[in-house]
Amino acid sequence: MPEADIAIEVEGLAKSFGGRSAVKGLSLHVQRGEIFGFLGPNGSGKTTSIRMLCGLLTPDSGRGRCLGHDLLTESRTIRREVGYMTQRFGWYEDLSVRENLDFVARMYEVRDRAAKVDRTIADLGLEARQHQLVGGLSGGWKQRLALAACLMHDPKLLLLDEPTAGVDPRARREFWDQIKRLAAGGVTVLVSTHYMDEAERCTRLGYIAYGEMLAQGTATELLQRFGVERLEDVFIEVMKDLKDLR
Amino acid sequence: MNFWSWGRFFAVVRKELIQLKRDRLTFAMMVGVPIMQLTLFGFAINNDPKHLPTAVVDADRTEMSRSLVAAVQNSGYFHVTWTGESLAQADRRVERGEVQFLVHVPAGFTRALVRGEHPALLIEADASDPAAGSNALAAVDALVRSALRDDLTGPLASLATAPTSFETRVHRRYNPEGISAYNIVPGLMGVILTMTMIMMTALAVTRETERGTMENLLATPARPLEVMLGKILPYVAIGNVQVGVILLAAALLFGVPMVGSLLLLLLLTQAFILANLAVGITISTTARNQMQAMQMTLFFFLPSILLSGFMFPFRGMPTWAQWIGEALPLTHFLRVVRGILLKGNGLADVWPHLWPLLLFITVVLGLGLSRFRRTLD
Ligand SMILES: Nc1ncnc2c1ncn2[C@@H]1O[C@H](COP(=O)(O)OP(=O)(O)O)[C@@H](O)[C@H]1O
Ligand SMILES: [Mg+2]
Repeated sequence: MPEADIAIEVEGLAKSFGGRSAVKGLSLHVQRGEIFGFLGPNGSGKTTSIRMLCGLLTPDSGRGRCLGHDLLTESRTIRREVGYMTQRFGWYEDLSVRENLDFVARMYEVRDRAAKVDRTIADLGLEARQHQLVGGLSGGWKQRLALAACLMHDPKLLLLDEPTAGVDPRARREFWDQIKRLAAGGVTVLVSTHYMDEAERCTRLGYIAYGEMLAQGTATELLQRFGVERLEDVFIEVMKDLKDLR
Repeated sequence: MNFWSWGRFFAVVRKELIQLKRDRLTFAMMVGVPIMQLTLFGFAINNDPKHLPTAVVDADRTEMSRSLVAAVQNSGYFHVTWTGESLAQADRRVERGEVQFLVHVPAGFTRALVRGEHPALLIEADASDPAAGSNALAAVDALVRSALRDDLTGPLASLATAPTSFETRVHRRYNPEGISAYNIVPGLMGVILTMTMIMMTALAVTRETERGTMENLLATPARPLEVMLGKILPYVAIGNVQVGVILLAAALLFGVPMVGSLLLLLLLTQAFILANLAVGITISTTARNQMQAMQMTLFFFLPSILLSGFMFPFRGMPTWAQWIGEALPLTHFLRVVRGILLKGNGLADVWPHLWPLLLFITVVLGLGLSRFRRTLD
């Protein structure tokens, strides 16, 4: 496999907070254009892993590359090419949708800023809300803004941390249509989620619990390997294995 | 290569300005705080400081003049730190604020006294901080009379008690009427800047952490310095507006004289504003939320207001308190403001108070920058 086809390639990433380990030896290979689903219960280390991938947390040990750039030494280059959508909504509530996007475009020093902001607003169907203050928007609109913000600089890799939590089903469907379109356009997506119907839309899946990656593969592979019918059941099997190991 | 992007810097400035514009409470506070404090501190708090540094020029050089000087020293109010011949040299010391009083026994004082010519004992007082010296001055006349009583014996005894045998002529410099507002109002400028500048910056940065926007900000290619300076620039502007308001009130409402160069004052005010912003930034790197940032601001503000010489005359404080005071930017800024506004000091005169300010900025801003993380670790 030529290197250029690999978006994420990390080995043994570990992180602990005050002696409690949050992620243990995470190894991950994601190819370009893939939609990789990151599954795991709350507190299993998904957010911590994603933050390490985009350079917001420094791993205690391990190494790896994101889009061909070293995780430890080239984190600034990685930030320019990666779009990260935080689990908790984190844009300015006292700014309008447009002002937020304009700010992001300026921070990334996007060329033809006004045109780019216009296009992004149109792409995500935010026209009607563009002059509204973000504080007054519903969860679904905030999620669209957050996605728009991380697309502003045309990233090659999207890291989405539970992007559809607390969003209504219709907004979720539209969100996934958008993700599919982006992936078709060559963007690699890593998305963490709780929803099994979303897991089915991913090209590959990784199950994480207690900070450890327990199983990886395509949906079909995983169903076969564990001899089950549904993706939830893979999780139950995986957890059983984990108990047996202990 | 691109260690600094003006584009990102101005993006932060712009964003901060829009947020400021929409934050009514902050706006109200920026106007309200100066007005409230001007009203509150319009009333001076008096005190009775002792051991005030005093220069003595004894041009008479007689036994009587020496016992006069000794009496001045023994009163406890004055502490003679310099004795010399040259009136000009002593004068310089008053001007620089090294001494608060200059006692001058003119040549021929004793002779004139004995001849009944009503000579004058001259006392120059730095009255730019009137509370500091008023009790000392009130005591001086009685003090000198009782000292002479012991020397004037025999045929001269009548002179000792005669009220007109001599006079002590007190010359209050810089603030001849001893008006407290002359001291309080320039001081308020420093106090208000300390309070608002530290709090505003500390809150502006912690707000980002508290609301979760810091994570997005850190995920962009922005550099800490761009974010930090971009966030504080609007507050520098606000600080200057406040300075303008207070100076205007000082001149128009309180009639505070402005002897020195306003330009120099404004220039040095920038250094003081920067010192406070540095404190705010440093607080914001430690505080986890806006509440904590507020508390830390108060924690810095209280000693500033109490130990800087604003509330109580600096020289009336115990030594340990003076040491703490010397480490605070407000202490030095107060001296700068009084020096320039009331005494007409130039840059060379205020330099002794300027360099501690610059040192403070370097140390604290360095601390804040090094603690401002570019990750969430
Ligand atoms: N900044 C932090 N400080 C201390 N502990 C943390 C921090 N971030 C995460 N943790 C801990 O690490 C573990 C994994 O958390 P996280 O990565 O957020 O899991 P997930 O996203 O899968 O819910 C949890 O036990 C959490 O409490
Ligand atoms: Mg999480």
